[in-house]
Amino acid sequence: MAKVITGVGCPYCGASCDDIEVTVSDDGTKVLEVKNACAIGNQVFHHASTPGRITSPRLRQPDGTYKEISYEEAIDRAARILVNAKKPLIYGFGSTNCEGMSAAGRVAEKAGAVLDNCASICHGSSFLAIFDNGYPSCTLGEVKNRADVIVYWASNPAHAHPRHMSRYSIFPRGFFTGKGHMGRKIICIDPRVTDTARVADIHLQVQQGHDYELFNAFRTVLHGGDIPDMVAGIPKEKILEAAGIMKKARFGTVFYGMGLCHSDGRNHNVDIAISMTRDLNEFTKWTIMAMRGHYNIAGPGVVWSWQFGFPYCIDMTKRDLVHMNPGETSSVDLAMRDEVDAFVNIGTDAGAHFPIPAVQHLKKHPWITIDPNICMASEISDLHIPVAVVGVETGGVVYRMDNVPIQFKKVVEPAGGILTDEELFDKIYERMCELDQEA
Amino acid sequence: MGEYLIKNGFVFDPVQGINGDKSDVALKDGKIVETTALSSGATVIDASGMTVMAGGVDIHSHVAGAKVDVGRLLRPEDKLFKSPKKTGKVSRVEMGYSVPTTFKTGYDYTRMGYSFVMEAAMPPLEAPHTHEEMRDTPIIDMAAMPVYGNNWFMLEYLKNGEIENNAAYSAWLMTATKGFAIKVVNPGGTEAWGWGLNCTTIHDPVPYFDITPAEIIKGLIETNEYLRLPHSIHLHPNNLGNPGNYETTLETLRLAEGYSPKSDFGREQVLHNTHLQFHSYGGDSWGNFESKAKEVMDYVNQQKNLTIDLGCVTLDETTTMTADGPFEHHLNGLNHLKWANTDVELETAAGVVPYVYGKNVKVCDIQWAIGLEIALFAKDMMRTFLTTDHPNAGPFFRYPRIIKWLMSKQSRDELLHSFKWADRVIAATNLESIDREMTFNEIAQMTRAGPAKALGIAHMYGSLKPGMNGNVAVYNINPEHMPADPDEIEKAFLRAAYVFKDGVMVSRDGEILATPPKLALWVNAKVPENAQVRRDIYEKFRKYYSVNLENYPVRDELAPNQRVIELDITA
Ligand SMILES: [Zn+2]
Repeated sequence: MAKVITGVGCPYCGASCDDIEVTVSDDGTKVLEVKNACAIGNQVFHHASTPGRITSPRLRQPDGTYKEISYEEAIDRAARILVNAKKPLIYGFGSTNCEGMSAAGRVAEKAGAVLDNCASICHGSSFLAIFDNGYPSCTLGEVKNRADVIVYWASNPAHAHPRHMSRYSIFPRGFFTGKGHMGRKIICIDPRVTDTARVADIHLQVQQGHDYELFNAFRTVLHGGDIPDMVAGIPKEKILEAAGIMKKARFGTVFYGMGLCHSDGRNHNVDIAISMTRDLNEFTKWTIMAMRGHYNIAGPGVVWSWQFGFPYCIDMTKRDLVHMNPGETSSVDLAMRDEVDAFVNIGTDAGAHFPIPAVQHLKKHPWITIDPNICMASEISDLHIPVAVVGVETGGVVYRMDNVPIQFKKVVEPAGGILTDEELFDKIYERMCELDQEA
Repeated sequence: MGEYLIKNGFVFDPVQGINGDKSDVALKDGKIVETTALSSGATVIDASGMTVMAGGVDIHSHVAGAKVDVGRLLRPEDKLFKSPKKTGKVSRVEMGYSVPTTFKTGYDYTRMGYSFVMEAAMPPLEAPHTHEEMRDTPIIDMAAMPVYGNNWFMLEYLKNGEIENNAAYSAWLMTATKGFAIKVVNPGGTEAWGWGLNCTTIHDPVPYFDITPAEIIKGLIETNEYLRLPHSIHLHPNNLGNPGNYETTLETLRLAEGYSPKSDFGREQVLHNTHLQFHSYGGDSWGNFESKAKEVMDYVNQQKNLTIDLGCVTLDETTTMTADGPFEHHLNGLNHLKWANTDVELETAAGVVPYVYGKNVKVCDIQWAIGLEIALFAKDMMRTFLTTDHPNAGPFFRYPRIIKWLMSKQSRDELLHSFKWADRVIAATNLESIDREMTFNEIAQMTRAGPAKALGIAHMYGSLKPGMNGNVAVYNINPEHMPADPDEIEKAFLRAAYVFKDGVMVSRDGEILATPPKLALWVNAKVPENAQVRRDIYEKFRKYYSVNLENYPVRDELAPNQRVIELDITA
């Protein structure tokens, strides 16, 4: 008899949907069917029980091949690498739970490491803007129940967050939004004609790299000032129209994406987006939210803020104090300057995401990859330690893009008795303590 | 677990009526015991010349959860040059100042001799976050109060006068969130903030829901007494922080008239008004802003069914954070610093704004004076508790400084007269004319016995009676030879000489020695089966929440050491 598990959280995008229904085999080892998830989320569940998963740690041999080793040996090697390194870097956490992040934090503190997450190459510019300007936001249910105007700026949920529009923003019927889509105005601001732009009422096709000017124009108009006939490729009357709609909203939300964080202006784009949101609150109610990429990439910022006071780029090499200085203590910058002498890649693929010179520098030193799957990082590592797939083989707390904690469920047993990230990091910690005693 | 005999200290335990007598306190198996119960192998701690009290109990402090963490993330500058270097062997790094990390929070409370802290506001939807942080806050026992005062279920039940249904829902929510008490923040006003609005009087109708703050407060008192909860409703009234708001406060407090407590946990109040300092303002502008502490306390002193905490301004740079979303927006309009806000669906909101209480800003100085006046005008210190609404009016590690000001007229007068606008501050306040100096016994009432009683946990905390949890603080100050320099009072209370938690010596002279398991307290109230409420919960989750009902209740692994207070009102 197959078993149906309801209310399952999806370990794919930052929408962190928790209404998935998963049918598993009688013996609880295999995912048979997945309902409610988007196509990609569906794949994540099926992938976990695909035959051929790596189930034991692998150590690189002098001839370049991998040899399977025991967890005990892998843990001992990882602990020794961290104890011996002067400036190890532990980076990633795009795909794990908060329990794993917390356990890794303890290891990093013990090792005197730099601890960083994918925000470093992603929404890090959002953090910089938040440090300067704040973050007037809300939970996604607020948007669903109240919002009558939605702005997607430089984000394309139709592709990156497939169920975002249907669950939270455009289509759902909420308490004060019983008409659903019919009662909402959708404004999309994007240089591309995306699928999100196609469902919007208004698409402002901003000139690539000129978002800051357009925000500035909005702010000027909101305060009653005059603007040129054309700003950032958008005619004045279009800006006036959109600003008018925003000002008349009962409740509005700006969802912005990587298009702001990674085009000219970067953190300044996010900063002025926040300022515009603050301005709008002089007239009515407005909120803003970063479209975080992964299902728990908000997690490290939350967990490490309570443990260390900083969300990312956390330098613990002084051991008795922590400091954060993006540009100095950020992963790519450290690697580009060749300052790191041991690298732990966890729940991400630095091999694929980092610039080639950064990878070349990191490659000179011990490189450990902790990931359930084979990826570019695992293929160039010295040591690959497989772990359970969060959301499938282990549960735990994850933080959705609106920082709401969702308690994820385990749906099948971990393949071949592999450890969870939390168990692995706790064992590495214990081994480091033993090595300390021996020394 | 070791045995300890704390010998020859000056013991202050208001519960047992011990007022500075030289006597011994014994610890065994994690509890306070009769000295005769100890074996000959007990470790003797020489406390002669020192002050001995039960572990401190904080009734209201924002230390764990979503908005506290927003405060940390928002302010890297709160760490810069303001974090001490890690010293101890067992401790983690200690970062942050006004919003310390969980580790620093646990250590600093311990160093001050505290053993229980109530997290003041837990948004139910984000309860797992609060519990994750409490789990990561070492040593001190904790509980958290879910915020109820703007919850849609509650607004609808109370609008229809359905106290039983509201109670059934409240009990369900308490269990789901592993919460402890009914917290109410700006009732109705925070829901109005969903539209950018507010309720600044207790008669402003809540948009759409068509109920007033006054009706919410009365309805929640009735709900609370129906459920016979250990604590009363814990209220942050409307109109916080505005000149002239003392009239709103008095009107609010009068709503409790005629109600009497129904609880088996020993409390005598039906309403706790938190951070009263922020609610005792006269004048009608910042120009003629003045203290109304006396007017408010004259009323509180007559009403046995009220308790209050101070919310003292400590004149620090700090980080304000509250579920009073509209207030934070308003504050941001005054200081123009950065502003974070998180509205939480169907339940509440939260705002965070950094704030600098400048020593030479007249309004800040008047606020400082009001906080102290509230304590100094109080007649019953068992109903008056020391807080700073941490971190709103100041960080919790200023409690020892407040104790100094309360115990030494000289110290507060020196500060008062050093203000740039001293004359204007004196004219707008009563502080200079007050001679009262608090005794050690009164401090013990305000920081231990009183809050433990008001929270309904006096059977475990707040006293040195045999059988109580083995929480003891020994302070290096001699009540028979008070130091000439009042700063010595602050020093003694900031870093206790010895601190015991559940019978374990956890700190000595500020050094953390051990981090034994800590407890999460919560209240499980069994109510009659209520099919309608069950259906309402199911429906609201299906239609309006963005999370699945199955994933809403806080799972046990987030609170590894639970002390569940079981109530059964069906019996
Ligand atoms: Zn508070």
